[in-house]
Amino acid sequence: MQTAKLKRTSLYASGANAINMIQAAFYNEDCLVYDLEDSVPTSEKDSARLLVYNTVRYHRPADKYVLIRVNGIYSEYIDEDLEAAVRARPDAIRIPKVEYPEEAARICQRITEIETAAGMEVGKIEVWCNIESYLGLINAYEIATADPRIVALALGAEDYTASMKSHRTKAGAEIFYARNALLTACRHAGVEAIDAVFSDINDIEGLKEDTALTRNLGFDGKTCVHPRQIDIVNSFFTPSPKEIKYALRVLEAVEQGKLQKKGAVTLDGSMIDKPMELRARTTLAQAEAAGIKIGGDQL
Amino acid sequence: MINAVGRELPEKIGDYIVKPYAGPQEAIEAEQPVCSRRKPSKRAAGNKLMPDLKAAIEACGLKDGMTISFHHSFREGDKIIGQVLTAIKELGIKNLRFAPSAVVNIKNPSIVDFVKDGTIDRIQASGIRGELGDAVVDGLDLSEPVILRPHGARPHAIETGALSIDVAFIGASASDDFGNCTGQTGPNACGSLGYSFIDAVSAENVVVITDNIVPYPCVPISISQMYVDYVVKVDEIGDPVKIGAGAARMTKNPRDILIAQRTADVIAASRLFKDGYSFQTGAGAISIACTNFLAEHTEKAGIQASYALGGMTANIVEMHNKGLVRTLLCSQSFDAVAAKAMADDPNIVEIDNSMYANMFNKSCSLDKLNFGVLGALEIDVDFNINILTGSSGEMMSGLGGGPDVADGADISIVTIPIIRGRIPSVVEKVFTCCTPGSSVAVVVTEAGIALNPKHKNYEMIKEDLEQAGIKTVPIEHLLKTAYSLTGVPKPVETTDKITCIVEYRDGTVIDVIRQIKRD
Repeated sequence: MQTAKLKRTSLYASGANAINMIQAAFYNEDCLVYDLEDSVPTSEKDSARLLVYNTVRYHRPADKYVLIRVNGIYSEYIDEDLEAAVRARPDAIRIPKVEYPEEAARICQRITEIETAAGMEVGKIEVWCNIESYLGLINAYEIATADPRIVALALGAEDYTASMKSHRTKAGAEIFYARNALLTACRHAGVEAIDAVFSDINDIEGLKEDTALTRNLGFDGKTCVHPRQIDIVNSFFTPSPKEIKYALRVLEAVEQGKLQKKGAVTLDGSMIDKPMELRARTTLAQAEAAGIKIGGDQL
Repeated sequence: MINAVGRELPEKIGDYIVKPYAGPQEAIEAEQPVCSRRKPSKRAAGNKLMPDLKAAIEACGLKDGMTISFHHSFREGDKIIGQVLTAIKELGIKNLRFAPSAVVNIKNPSIVDFVKDGTIDRIQASGIRGELGDAVVDGLDLSEPVILRPHGARPHAIETGALSIDVAFIGASASDDFGNCTGQTGPNACGSLGYSFIDAVSAENVVVITDNIVPYPCVPISISQMYVDYVVKVDEIGDPVKIGAGAARMTKNPRDILIAQRTADVIAASRLFKDGYSFQTGAGAISIACTNFLAEHTEKAGIQASYALGGMTANIVEMHNKGLVRTLLCSQSFDAVAAKAMADDPNIVEIDNSMYANMFNKSCSLDKLNFGVLGALEIDVDFNINILTGSSGEMMSGLGGGPDVADGADISIVTIPIIRGRIPSVVEKVFTCCTPGSSVAVVVTEAGIALNPKHKNYEMIKEDLEQAGIKTVPIEHLLKTAYSLTGVPKPVETTDKITCIVEYRDGTVIDVIRQIKRD
């Protein structure tokens, strides 16, 4: 299910703010999340849904991975949100506060029903699950594998720390375990892991330290709370020359395998599977996004 | 007739003979000697200090139909223009030509009221922003259209005699009783008096107005006693808060920050960005943010700019203090930090506006400028810029030095969001053409960067940006993006009445503004 589209940065644009939605398309984030949940006041839920539907259906930015975050699974808005969100045809739907695999599976099933009713290609829309509580974290692997649509889990640190009775700090020791547990679940499930936001938009050095940790732990991307964080976060997901060279070798081996009509392809004695190929493509896409010229003598 | 940017113009507008803009290589040579109305002293020695404004006005012999001038360095905090016009009105003097360097939005008292009561019947300035501008485009009853000139063209018009000043009223935050004065010290410091230098040396009569008489001699001397006929002390020359009390803050608008960052990246990618480079960034929100990013690039590159030009801000002064720019040439000071900085540092220099931008001088500082960053209200697919009128034809801003900077700089960069609210800023044809597209090199927006293939340095800029991995798009792409969000705007409908003549820096007419047709 996973795509090779970059997911280094995700930016939320409130469905209650048309200007915000228009402007969000012009920043350098890889993933643009049109939000129907927390940023939309209760009185604006209907108009936001309509606005987000029309924006994604008719004015979606061509070069971004587009998501819609719907309201909570048990909220009164979820049915109408899903009807509109699926028919808007985003790349993915982001589900907040998932705690059990059954919840994720039920939402995925509902997406299938709407796709079918609308005559859409079934299974094309991906799903991200936000993990925002200790229960969600305990069940992370089961959630990640609850349905093939699920391609990423994203850590929501504010609600998670509230559920743990922890105090949120800039250094983030209170979410260190959650980060590792989420990553472990994602890696085992073969889905991508998206890290939590760094909330202080004026602390650039703090953001850099936090994002370095994000990158070093192994996350695939990070949610940004403000556009000015995007370029900084993106810069941390620039692959090294060694990683780029390895990715090129993986893809070269895959191509050779296709030419030779081999069922299984190996590199350095190890078999190359689909996730490895996708990872190689992502590495090259990250390099390209960072302005690294691929090919020639250097790489 | 049609000028070189495709604007239809009459051959004459009243008594004004139209010289159409003929293109970038066709600047009209100025061959006549420089004019000045300045006369030898007529005053009794040692008696320049007048009891009040009326006494000074009467001593100057101001009569019906004459021309008066002011500077706009007190911005919206100006309390001089209102006091002088009130005194003139009370003296019963009528039908004056009002020729400040610019009209900012002064509301109390209203300039429009002085037009309506007949005190003023003609206006010439670089801009007439605010209530006056809106009234003019709506057909305010003046005896001739307003003439709008960019900063560099005003001194030229004065030197050719096209704008001949009878009495120049010069506000100063400190003056001695002989008229040596400055804007750099005192409670209402406005900084550079660069706009008034030409008035001081050219007008028949010069009156310095201050609320701060200092012992002789006033130091520094921005305008010398040699040119000053009278000095008047008033209670208050301005509102310090509106003059610019503190340093302008860095914008928090992420769109503006994005445009500013991209602009600084374009500059840093250029081969001209090297030790000794020069720049003018200005004072808008995007400009101030751009200056900060430019400072970062300069520091990272380990280089120093030779000079920054034009209107100064606190963050340009900060660049200077960090050693990132050697000299500041200030024709205007946009905030209190910039206003006071000149008094303490010999490398922060107050310059004549004519030295800054007058293309007919033997040289002007813009001739050496590498990078000029400009704001705009609209830009069209021919890169023509509108910096005067808004989407409904209303007067939104002044020409300032924009046309001068675009023409003078090696690389002129227009910073503009593609839409403002529901209004597109990138359009098929600007409503008012103020700066010809041929002088615009780069447009930076939140939706992409466009290069002008007709600019003299296009090949160099293109190569440098490609080398740096900075992507560009055709300007038509920006137009399409803007229109996809806003729809195509209906053209503003006008009557045949010409309300404003827009001169280019060479004194030719680049456009006119016709009266807006209202329902």
